[in-house]
Amino acid sequence: MTLLRPGPLAVTLAALVAVFLMMPLIAVIPVSFTPTRYLSVPSGEWSLRHYEALIENPAWAQGAWLSIRIGVVASVVATTLALLFSLGMWMLQPRFAGLLMGLALLPMVAPPVVSALTLYFFLTTLSKVNGFVAYDTWAGVALAHAVMIAPFAVVLISVALAQVDRRIDLAARSMGAVLATRILRVILPNIRFGVLTALFLTFVLSWEEIGVTLFITSVNAVTLPRLMWMGLRDNIDPAIAAISVVLIVIVVAVILAKTVIQRRQTRM
Amino acid sequence: MRQPSRLFLLIGPLLLFLGATYIVPFLGVVEWSVTLPEPGIGQYQAALSDPLVLTVFLRTLRICAAVTVASVAAGYVVTLLWVRGGPGQRLAVELCILIPFWISVLTRAFGWLALLSNKGLINGWLQSLGLLSEPLTLVRNEFGVIVGMTHFLIPFAVFPLASAMRNLDERVLMAARGMGAGRARIFWQVFVPMTRPGILGAGLVVFVFALGFFVTPAILGGGRSVMVAELIYLRIFQSPDWGLGAAISVILMAGVGVLLAALLRQVRQGAAR
Repeated sequence: MTLLRPGPLAVTLAALVAVFLMMPLIAVIPVSFTPTRYLSVPSGEWSLRHYEALIENPAWAQGAWLSIRIGVVASVVATTLALLFSLGMWMLQPRFAGLLMGLALLPMVAPPVVSALTLYFFLTTLSKVNGFVAYDTWAGVALAHAVMIAPFAVVLISVALAQVDRRIDLAARSMGAVLATRILRVILPNIRFGVLTALFLTFVLSWEEIGVTLFITSVNAVTLPRLMWMGLRDNIDPAIAAISVVLIVIVVAVILAKTVIQRRQTRM
Repeated sequence: MRQPSRLFLLIGPLLLFLGATYIVPFLGVVEWSVTLPEPGIGQYQAALSDPLVLTVFLRTLRICAAVTVASVAAGYVVTLLWVRGGPGQRLAVELCILIPFWISVLTRAFGWLALLSNKGLINGWLQSLGLLSEPLTLVRNEFGVIVGMTHFLIPFAVFPLASAMRNLDERVLMAARGMGAGRARIFWQVFVPMTRPGILGAGLVVFVFALGFFVTPAILGGGRSVMVAELIYLRIFQSPDWGLGAAISVILMAGVGVLLAALLRQVRQGAAR
């Protein structure tokens, strides 16, 4: 690794890219403190009015709560289905495994707008027979999100399974363990971390989902991203800057905490 | 030996779920494309001969090509530091890739609006420094869309590039140095060619993702540089022509399918080597 260490030119270019990557996240901070009602940079006077608006306008809390509910239901459904599927694939190693995997990953690799139109078709069709899991309902959004995020759970759990030593499962089987015992007491403890990661990632993906949500909601199931979209499209509301800063702070805190914990563990 | 019947009980639920919620409804979209407003392939003919649709297709390809080149080039530079830099550099690069990666596409698009719009930070600075009298139009055009999409896609270019750079046989570099090649020569004539599969893979991934982009172009393009995904949205919700919207979706799906097949071949060849 001492060979071909990045020289000053490479470091400079990389620093420019790093600035490019962080710039829009930093830019929202001053904008969120603007005293005006339109998108601007505060000159002199700073104000907390847009943060107050987040608290005072119940729509924001309602949107966040709806997104949490949808995210929990969608990530649990998607991770459960993905876990069963990945376990089956790992144990059975069926013929046409590539084809079956391709089918399971389809919503992830298809263009999001095609998925959005497909799920719009699906939910408007369901609307004709029921009003619960339907277009513009929270259950409909949760179902659509589960479809979109399940492939990510399949990838993460399959990666975790690929690192499990098959011989421990063979040993369990040769000692007479039934399928349920093999899964619950032998395999699951070994992929625990992968399953939890899948649950977390799919929740975040659902929490942020906007492309499909735009197609399948209108005025009733307004998730937090959908609410932000409305504030961005019409005339730009600086409250979007305030909510963005809140979201950025959460993400940065989680990533920094994770980095610090990892470093401690590797040092020990 | 195996217990196929019981194990299919594990594999089955997800496949049935996706079959019912995704595959059958997609066939429904295909059906729309050949039945609305009247049966036949009229919507496909319309999509491929309508000058507006063709302009959008061409614009999409142009923007995606620019975004792919920009993302892979920028991704290459940061990946180089991430894989071969010192510990401090690695950590800094990792944070600069991971933090934006986890932040919602809406927040990022908004950040670019705050920077690039006429009353935004960049125009503000340039004007207060006296470098500009009129604000530059940096957003609500193709430039803004390319900037925003590149920002979104750099992390997706980094992951395949990093795996190519990590799996490369260090001894080849040492051999090149042993035979008297300088740093620049080792980099351009040995290192870069050896990471070519990673560059191609990253390019394909970014291009495929870029094709279906909806949110970033809709916000940063401001309705002026409409891309395929936004055109589909408009045909479904604003000037309803469901048949045409569905036909464009099917064409887009087919195009992505071809590119993914190419990507898969690339991966297989890489694995076979």
